[in-house]
Amino acid sequence: MGSLSIIWAIGRKDLLLEIRNKDVVVAVAGFALLVLVIFTFAMDLNQDNAKLVGPGILWAGIAFAGVTGLNRAFALEVEGDTLEALMLAPISRDLIYLGKALGNFLFIAIAQIIVIPVFAVLFNLIVFRWEMLAIALLTTIGFSAVGTLFAAMSVRVRAREVMLPLLFLPVVTPLLMAAVESTSHMVHGRSWSEMAQWLQLAVAFDIAFVVVSAFIFQHTLED
Amino acid sequence: MNKILDLLDPLLILSATFMGVALYLIFIWVPTETNQGAVQRILYFHVPVAWGSMLGIFVVSGSSFMYLLKKNEKWDRLAVASAEVGLIFGGIMLLSGMIWARPVWAVWWTGEAKLTTALILFFIYVAYLMFRAYFPPGAQRQRLAAIIGVIGAIDTPIIYFAANLWSQAHPPLITGPAADSDSALGSDLGTVLLISTLAFSFVFIFMVQARYKIRKSEDDVVELKRSSSASAMTGVN
Repeated sequence: MGSLSIIWAIGRKDLLLEIRNKDVVVAVAGFALLVLVIFTFAMDLNQDNAKLVGPGILWAGIAFAGVTGLNRAFALEVEGDTLEALMLAPISRDLIYLGKALGNFLFIAIAQIIVIPVFAVLFNLIVFRWEMLAIALLTTIGFSAVGTLFAAMSVRVRAREVMLPLLFLPVVTPLLMAAVESTSHMVHGRSWSEMAQWLQLAVAFDIAFVVVSAFIFQHTLED
Repeated sequence: MNKILDLLDPLLILSATFMGVALYLIFIWVPTETNQGAVQRILYFHVPVAWGSMLGIFVVSGSSFMYLLKKNEKWDRLAVASAEVGLIFGGIMLLSGMIWARPVWAVWWTGEAKLTTALILFFIYVAYLMFRAYFPPGAQRQRLAAIIGVIGAIDTPIIYFAANLWSQAHPPLITGPAADSDSALGSDLGTVLLISTLAFSFVFIFMVQARYKIRKSEDDVVELKRSSSASAMTGVN
């Protein structure tokens, strides 16, 4: 089997499980939607300040919700004792990482397909643009790259529900800034060139953390 | 005997001497800065502890990397010792900075790039130490903690770049009395800063090596317990 088909096999396994029990996507989307709804109550929204605060609320909601989903990424493997089986498989560890990261990427991406349209409705902003797709893709790649590594690390920690966000959120802050700022440019109707620096930052973040995490992941599973 | 605190420890004497000289220079010798007033003296503490916390982060990431490479316990002990000391220095840096900023910039906190970076790094190293506290002891904990140390190091330039870009888009609000005037102290300021930085560097090294020794003793105790319980078991058999 080639590397890509191994990654796809692991990602597909997680996706198949997800299609059967719908644990993660429902939890992530539900959590993010609640954050959005609560903020529409917490603030007096009008057309001007929706543009100002909307992007921040959207990405904070997705980041917090993403953590709850990432917590499940390895929990199922540990509960079912299938992590050992995965480790025994004659494939290199970086492919296991990339497969799990692919699964997490798909979950968060599917949740966003639900969340972003609702965001557009609640905040009355136009988000169905190519810029939004690029921002969402770059952010989700970074989230799942860092999140998969940290989820694998914190799965055996007591109070892992607390540990994962404490690790994950500060590390992804630059990516979160990039997502919020470029979304803000987008809802203000500015062009690609104005958000270019932020998108470049997101690309750099994604490349750095996909490569480093894949390389370093082997150390999380050794016994 | 490997004592934790030895009053004749040359490092302790060195740090105490330098600290005494630094305190004299800061509070008695150096003239009060005319624009900012007495509050400017915070700078002589703020800059050295900021340097100390940077040194801490540097040592944590360096020794974490070495641990992943060599799997030698001593790198792990060095990492955890300098993480703890670095975090204390970082906390003092954030607090002293805020106390200084309130009268001088008229705000406690602002979105300036260095401030944002320092705060996020502070949180990463809080997470590093919390992770160590939560994880069951053993080689795996040290390996995973080392990964956090390395990830933090890789993230640092990205955080700084992002914070810089961010503060360009949202210019920090600084309005206080000395917002746009430089210090009029010149070379006096440099002298005091240098001595104070040296003093705090010695304190940093002293604290890290003391913590390193405690860490070593902790490991020795665990090792002794294991070997004594093992010999007790063989005694029963």
